[in-house]
Amino acid sequence: MKKIFQRPESLKQEPFRYCPGCGHSLIHRLIAECIDELGIRERVIGIAPVGCAVFAYDYFNFDILEVAHGRPPAAATGLKRTLPDRVIFSYQGDGDLAAIGTAEIIHAANRGEDITVFFINNTTYGMTGGQMAPTTLIGQKTATSPLGRDPKTAGFPLRMAELLATIEGASYIARVSVDSYRNLIDAKKAVLKAFRYQMEQKGFSLVEILSPCPVDWKLSPKESQIRIQNEIIPIYPLGTFKDAYQESTL
Amino acid sequence: MAKIVAVTGNEAVANALKQVNPDVCAAYPITPQTEMMQRFSSFVSDGKVKTEIILVESEHSSMSACVGACAAGGRVITATSSQGLALMYEILYIASGTRLPIVMPVVNRALSAPLNIHGDHSDSMGARDTGWIQLWSENAQEAYDNTIQAFRIAEHMDIRLPIMINMDGFIISHSIERMEYLDDDQVQNFVGEFKSLNPLLDLEHPVSYGPLILTDYYMEFRKAQDDVESKVPGVVLDVAKDFEKLSGRTYGLFETYRLDDAEIALIILNSAAGTSKDVVDEFRDKGIKAGLLKPRLYRPFPYKEIGEALKHLKAVCVLDRADAFGGSFGPVYMDIATSLYPYKERPVLINKIYGLGGRDYLPDHAKLVLNELVELVGNGTVKSYKEYIGVRE
Ligand SMILES: Cc1ncc(C[n+]2csc(CCOP(=O)(O)OP(=O)(O)O)c2C)c(N)n1
Ligand code: SF4
Ligand SMILES: [Mg+2]
Repeated sequence: MKKIFQRPESLKQEPFRYCPGCGHSLIHRLIAECIDELGIRERVIGIAPVGCAVFAYDYFNFDILEVAHGRPPAAATGLKRTLPDRVIFSYQGDGDLAAIGTAEIIHAANRGEDITVFFINNTTYGMTGGQMAPTTLIGQKTATSPLGRDPKTAGFPLRMAELLATIEGASYIARVSVDSYRNLIDAKKAVLKAFRYQMEQKGFSLVEILSPCPVDWKLSPKESQIRIQNEIIPIYPLGTFKDAYQESTL
Repeated sequence: MAKIVAVTGNEAVANALKQVNPDVCAAYPITPQTEMMQRFSSFVSDGKVKTEIILVESEHSSMSACVGACAAGGRVITATSSQGLALMYEILYIASGTRLPIVMPVVNRALSAPLNIHGDHSDSMGARDTGWIQLWSENAQEAYDNTIQAFRIAEHMDIRLPIMINMDGFIISHSIERMEYLDDDQVQNFVGEFKSLNPLLDLEHPVSYGPLILTDYYMEFRKAQDDVESKVPGVVLDVAKDFEKLSGRTYGLFETYRLDDAEIALIILNSAAGTSKDVVDEFRDKGIKAGLLKPRLYRPFPYKEIGEALKHLKAVCVLDRADAFGGSFGPVYMDIATSLYPYKERPVLINKIYGLGGRDYLPDHAKLVLNELVELVGNGTVKSYKEYIGVRE
C-alpha cells in the first residue's frame, strides 16, 4: 500500500503538551514539514525561546540551542557565523522578540544576518500566565492590564513585521496566521520561502505568525480562531512586507 | 487589630506593598515572582493604591525606571527572580552607588543554564556584593514583616540604600500559610511619608546623580559607601524594635534557636530553617545539645555579632542553597568562616550544599548533618569540609 501521509521526520514521536488549541503545536508541525520537504533536517539547528515553546527540544527531531530570554537572534548570529553551511532558525514569542529582545532582533536584521526567525505573536506572555505584551491589542484584558490595555500609559500594539521591513539589511519579512486552513497554506509557503532565502544566502528572513493562546485569552480554541480573524488580523494585517529578491525563482 | 489570614508568600508581600502604597512600580513578569506584581497591578487598576505602574520590556529597563523614579523623589518598588535579577545586575550597582532607596522583593529561584524555575539562592547570592541591603525570610509572615520594615531601613536618612527582601520560590511564594496582617493605617504610620533626599528638579538645590569620578575621588566615594554599610545593622535593629511594638513579633540581625548552650549547630537561610528547627528539637529530646542560627540581615553581613553568637560551639555546619563556583565553598560558609576567624577557640566548620534548583530539603537531611556533627565532635575527624547532600550519584 502506498503511504500518502505521515508524521514529519523532523518531529519526534512525542505528543504535544501545549494547551488544547495552542498555536505552538500547529507551528511546530508546519516548520517540521517544511524542513522535511527541503531535505535539510540533518543540517538545521533551531534556537528555542524562553516562553511556552521552551519545550521545542522535546518535539523537534534535530539539534536545539536554548538561550536566555530575548537573545536568540544574537545566538543565531554566532551559530551561523561559525557554521555557515547550516540552516539556523530561531523560534521566538512576542515577549521574547518584541519586548525583552527588541534590540537583538533589530540589529540582527540590520546586519542582514543569514538566519531565519519565526516570530509567534499571540498578543501575550503565555508562559508566565498571560500578562500584557507590547503586541497586546488596545483594550485587551490581561493579567497585568485587568481593565484592558490603555495606550496612554502602556503604548500601542507593536507591529514588528512592518517595523523590521523598514530595515535595509532585512531581506524577507512576512506576516501569516494559523487561524484557518486557508491561512495555514499561506503560512507554509512563507516558512518555506524564509528557509530558502537562507539556503540561497539571501540574508535575513522573518515570518511573523499570528497564533492562538486560548488559555490566556480565556476563549475556546474555536473562539480563539475567530478572535484572530475579527480582532487581530485587522490590527496585524497579513502579507509580505519585504521581499528583496522578488524577481528570483523563489 | 491584626487580621489572621491564609495566604501565599506572594500574596502576603503584594499586600504589604499595597499597604505601603508607593509612588511608582516598574515591573516585568518572571516566575515565581509574577503573581506578586500581577496582584499589585490589579490593586492599581482597582484604585486600591495610587501607584504609577510602568509595565516595561525587561528587567534591565524595570530597574532603570526605578532609578529614574527614585532620583526624581519617589518611593519606588519592583520585584523579580532569577534571570530577571541577573539582567538587572548592571543597574543594581547604579542604584546603590547613587544611594537610591528602592525596595525590591526577590523570590529566589535557580539560575540558567540549565533552565530551572524552582527555589534556590543563587540569584540573590550573585548580587550579594552589589551594595544592596539583603533581608532573608523564612516564611510568608517574615517576608511580609521584612517588606514593611525594608522601607524604613532603606529610606533612613543615615542609610539611603536599596534593599532586597528574599523568600524561597514556590516553597514560600506559592504555598498558603497562616499569618497576620497589620492594619493599613498601622503600616502607613509605621513607614511614614516618603522623604526624598536631593530630588531632581529642585531648582533651589540643583544636583547631578552618578557623575564621572576618576582616580581623583573614586576611592573616597567607595570608602564613604563602606562607611554607610557599617551603619545598617544599627538601623535594622532600631526599626525592628519599633516593629515589635506594633506587631509583637521580634526581629534581630539573625535568629538563634536553642543556640546559647548548644555544642553543635546548623546555619541555614530561609524556608529550610523551619524544617531544621524541628530536627534540632528531636536531637534536644535525645539529650544532644543542638542549635541553629538563621541569618536575616545577610548584606551587610553582621560578622562580629554572628562570630560572638557562634564562638562557643564545638562544630557547625553551614548549609548553602547555592554554590560559589571557584570559591570552593558556599557563600554563607565563607561569611561564617570570616566571622569566626578572629577567635582563637572556634568551632570546626563544615559546609553542605543542598536544595539546588528546588530539590527537596527534608528532615532526614538535617538529621544526617547533625549526626555527622555529633560524630565529628566525638572523634575529632572531619570527613569532608564540603559536600553536596541530597544528590543522586
Ligand atoms: C530575563 C528574564 N525575564 C523574565 C523571564 C520570564 N519569562 C519567561 S517566558 C516570558 C514571556 C514569554 O512570552 P512570549 O515570548 O510571548 O512567549 P509565549 O509563552 O507567549 O509563547 C517571561 C517574561 C525570563 N525567563 N527571563
Ligand atoms: S499558555 Fe497559551 S501559548 Fe502557552 S501553551 Fe497554553 S495556549 Fe499555548
Ligand atoms: Mg506570546
